[in-house]
Amino acid sequence: MSDRLPGFSTLAVHAGAQPDPTTGARATPIYQTTSFVFNDADHAASLFGLQAFGNIYTRIGNPTNAVLEERVAALEGGTAALAVASGHAAQVVVLQQLLQPGDEFIAARKLYGGSINQFAHAFKSFGWNVVWADPDDVASFERAVTPRTKAIFIESIANPAGSITDIEAISTVARKAGVPLIVDNTLASPYLIRPIDHGADIVVHSLTKFLGGHGNSLGGIIVDAGTFDWSAGGKYPMLSEPRPEYHGIRLQETFGNFAFAIACRVLGLRDLGPALSPFNAFMILTGIETLPLRMQKHCDNAKAVAEFLAGHPAVSAVNYAGLASDKYNQLARKYAPKGAGAVFTFSLKGGYDAGVNLVSKLQLFSHLANVGDTRSLVIHPASTTHSQLDDAAKIKSGAGPDVVRLSIGIEDKEDLIADLEQALGA
Amino acid sequence: MNHDAYPDNYIRGILNSVKSIAMVGASPVNVRPSYFAFKYLAQRGYDMIPVNPGHVAKELLGKPFVASLRDIGRPVDMIDIFRNSSHIMPVVEEALTLDLLPKVIWMQLGARDDAAAEKAEAAGIKVVMNRCPKIEYGRLSSEISWMGVNSRTLSSKRPPAPTQGMRLSLNRMSVGGGDTAASDRAAKNKSEQS
Repeated sequence: MSDRLPGFSTLAVHAGAQPDPTTGARATPIYQTTSFVFNDADHAASLFGLQAFGNIYTRIGNPTNAVLEERVAALEGGTAALAVASGHAAQVVVLQQLLQPGDEFIAARKLYGGSINQFAHAFKSFGWNVVWADPDDVASFERAVTPRTKAIFIESIANPAGSITDIEAISTVARKAGVPLIVDNTLASPYLIRPIDHGADIVVHSLTKFLGGHGNSLGGIIVDAGTFDWSAGGKYPMLSEPRPEYHGIRLQETFGNFAFAIACRVLGLRDLGPALSPFNAFMILTGIETLPLRMQKHCDNAKAVAEFLAGHPAVSAVNYAGLASDKYNQLARKYAPKGAGAVFTFSLKGGYDAGVNLVSKLQLFSHLANVGDTRSLVIHPASTTHSQLDDAAKIKSGAGPDVVRLSIGIEDKEDLIADLEQALGA
Repeated sequence: MNHDAYPDNYIRGILNSVKSIAMVGASPVNVRPSYFAFKYLAQRGYDMIPVNPGHVAKELLGKPFVASLRDIGRPVDMIDIFRNSSHIMPVVEEALTLDLLPKVIWMQLGARDDAAAEKAEAAGIKVVMNRCPKIEYGRLSSEISWMGVNSRTLSSKRPPAPTQGMRLSLNRMSVGGGDTAASDRAAKNKSEQS
């Protein structure tokens, strides 16, 4: 019973899971049930009052989902986690614990387009005001801090071009401002980057991408690093003040260094309702067991494809942090030494028409709006996701008319290169 | 003992060996953390004694309150202190006057007094600070995993089907110390600031 630290691959297979006590089932069972029987009235009251560990109703917690939660918490080095229905659900649940109407949060300008929309429009209607900063200019985060700032939000590897964010530098700004740093670690996965080791207080994921990894199930997760003191300064009443929903419990006092994850569960998930299906949790858990194997192959393939594209006469530029010539290569070496991820963009000399032409001629790459699948994916943002923007706005968001985004899968790299070669050919 | 990061075996050894626990500052108010912990530890089979001078002549889950450690009138294995850091020292000093010393003094989540810990340790008493025995029991048994908490333990053994009030095995393989490296660092920074 020595305190030996198992490696990442062992945790990816084992953390959170144990044989089922009743049946001996070794794979995690899918507990496809809405609700759980109480032992007696006292047990029910204890569970509802947060006094006992156990299950009540799948909107609040489910045994299959709990295995997924503990596993991702272990892989990220956090104290606890909460699985929800999607990455977007994770973001709304996190910010609900931190912001009151009229408050602000600072977000990196380079984010997944869906997050930009969610922050700029949906959250604005809640009175949560986003202030944008430039992830390549740490001072812009410092300048954005006001007395109403409640959090800073960044992506570890940022959409759409796979740029690497200097997490430590921005965590220093967050610490100085007395607010938590939230890192969306979707494109890196904990195999490549563990943001908590670099100063993140909260990590969120779209499990839909590399963690699930097979393009078959939506999910999101929130990981509590256990590092932030929610009682200091009274800025976070959801955690530090008595909660009327629970007869005056103070969550930080009761749950210590996993109070944030509990707040997300008992105030966020319970009241907003974006519960994850246990079936999806099972699919994602199965995916996570092979995360280390898949992620390394994704990265190795991506580097080979990026190198091929960089040498192709029809290509004007490749944005991949794994290339020695890339502007983010130094940061990639520091934060993601095993590989710079598998999502990146490149530009075509032939502009808009060449982008449309390429997408239509590819045979293996699937044209769709997702990343982090076993299959290689392609999208031409200017004719799809960003088609509503004018040209200037497209260029500003990294989706100019000549830009193509790839998410490299785990096929044989020679086949991916051959497919791109034929599609770029004539 | 390094009070910033306890090895799991230290906590496991304490929770596996103590039988009686006097809880100083136990509250009869059922939304207070001390009430939760008292009730849980009693359900897991510990012989619980509530100590709180403000509630003498009342009971907590069938156990009569006593006013002070001395009033317990029999030896106890562990004293669990549910008081703020500033109220720890007098409790430890009282404990050190008992005819038979406790084996363990445990200070609750958020409570830490290094000078008091040193005194107790000099008398051969094991000390735990800034931890909750309910959380640690739930973590080492992995019962706390129902809440999505990282138990920092692994097991490939089939556990017995749980029944009400049973003792749980704490003998799972540990992934590391009592908390994650990051949360340990944060706790250490906080205790150094205060």
